[in-house]
Amino acid sequence: MIGTALPPPRTSRGRRLGDHLFASFGALVTLLALAALGALLYDVARDGLGRLSWSFLTSYPSRRAADAGILPALAGSLFVVTLTALIAVPLGVSAAIYLEEYGGRGRLARLIEINIANLAGVPSIIYGLLGLGLFVRLMQMERSVLAGASTLALLALPVIILATREALRAVPPSLREASYALGATKWQTTWHQVLPAALPGIFTGLILALSRTIGETAPLITIGALTYVPFVPTDVWSPFTVLPIQIFNWVSRPQAAFAENAAAGILVLLVVLLAMNACAIVLRDRLQRRV
Amino acid sequence: MRSRRIFEAVIERALFLCAAGSILVTAGIVLVLLWETAAFLGEVPIREFLFGTVWTPLFYDKQFGVLPLVAGTLLASAIAMAVALPAGLLIAIYLSEYAPAPIRRTVRPVLEVLAGVPTVVYGYFALQFVTPLLQQIVPGLAGFNALSPGIVMGIMILPLVSSLSEDAMRSVPTGLREGAYALGATRMQTALRVVVPAAFSGISAATVLAMSRAVGETMIVAIAAGQQPRLTLDPRVPIETMTAYIVQVSLGDTPAGTLEYRTIFAVGMLLFLSTFALNLMSNWLRGRFRQEYA
Repeated sequence: MIGTALPPPRTSRGRRLGDHLFASFGALVTLLALAALGALLYDVARDGLGRLSWSFLTSYPSRRAADAGILPALAGSLFVVTLTALIAVPLGVSAAIYLEEYGGRGRLARLIEINIANLAGVPSIIYGLLGLGLFVRLMQMERSVLAGASTLALLALPVIILATREALRAVPPSLREASYALGATKWQTTWHQVLPAALPGIFTGLILALSRTIGETAPLITIGALTYVPFVPTDVWSPFTVLPIQIFNWVSRPQAAFAENAAAGILVLLVVLLAMNACAIVLRDRLQRRV
Repeated sequence: MRSRRIFEAVIERALFLCAAGSILVTAGIVLVLLWETAAFLGEVPIREFLFGTVWTPLFYDKQFGVLPLVAGTLLASAIAMAVALPAGLLIAIYLSEYAPAPIRRTVRPVLEVLAGVPTVVYGYFALQFVTPLLQQIVPGLAGFNALSPGIVMGIMILPLVSSLSEDAMRSVPTGLREGAYALGATRMQTALRVVVPAAFSGISAATVLAMSRAVGETMIVAIAAGQQPRLTLDPRVPIETMTAYIVQVSLGDTPAGTLEYRTIFAVGMLLFLSTFALNLMSNWLRGRFRQEYA
């Protein structure tokens, strides 16, 4: 090591100062990121609170910003997310049960796993193109609630499967072994022991997946969901719009009055999301206490 | 006993079908995209599509060079990464190496709320808040531009970078840190010269995943970037990304089977392939990280 120049010695005070500066800088950036969230909420609340009223929730869209409301969009969102859940939850939970409890280490199970991980990374608008080609055109569902919900169900499926698997994995193996020891079959064990124990986790995952679904805009625009719907959808074949699309429609207009409508719509959307997440937390707590 | 065994077999078969159905979803995506893209490339030579510099499929004089959309996508994503990567990494270092446990436990979930905000809300934020703010600072910034949605997209993917990088750093063995401290290194030196390099593949996996998310992000750019395909690297003027183009065409009433209709599938195919490549890369990097600290 002869000839290697040593770095100039630095006082320990200088080094400690650098360390403190770096720590403060990290804290500052963290605060800035939290401030961005604060600015976003503040901006939306400032623009939108004035427009929020009962008539905003119960009116139909209008060319005049002051008369416009979100009734069809709100009803459409709730209808679509319910139908999405009805399609995606049984499929997703069953798939997760297979992969976690039955799948084993076979080549096929491995392939399915990789496939699901990849599906979770596909941009949502690509699911919109799939829905457009498959449901809207090939199966001729047109721009119906059913086409929209089917598209969103495919989008939510990988998220539901991943979350359910995680919940199932958290159930201790001893529970299964005890059940087998008492002579229960695989399905009896899964149905009567594993699923009830995993339910709180599954519920949380499901609600998180569905709350992502309710905020989705791009795939529904791609399948051709309408931007102007002056009626509440009545059955699965109705044309529809959803809250995020209504918000997008208002944001795209140049008039300031419509921007206020968009902000008020966003507030309603955020309240719906908040309510869903609160439900998830309460449900999880209840179920956890019971088990 | 026999009927029970049959019942068990039927259940297992049914569960298997649900799981295998996910492969059909992938097959569906690939087939739908391939089908329409093939029809598109039957009319527009692939060379013109991939290397043409003018994109005007909706005009009278139609040109199908996708490069302006690719440039728009890269520009917006690059701006997003320029925000999310340094900030996310700093936050991760702060939370993993410096912050006391109570702060870490509260900050992380609050930050992750950022990833759960619907993208249409971010679009509103970019257009109504960030753009006017930036216009006071950046001269010549148009009402629609790449800068503002880029920054907001960066905020959106920030928790992805920070949380995944923090996980990677925290799984670096404590022994490495203790070794550095024993040699007299400060916490900053330990973080920057030992922990970050040791967690490098995990951090890269997070970065690449965030990049894939930015490339596929739609509503923020559709709302705030302007929907004007333009081959430029100037962040102050309106641009259009691949995703925003698909939205633009979907909003119009383009009849199925026309060349305009097929353009969105061709663009979608390009988008799918790019994000797929990025996701594979991220998985590979994460796998390498796991091998290092198995």
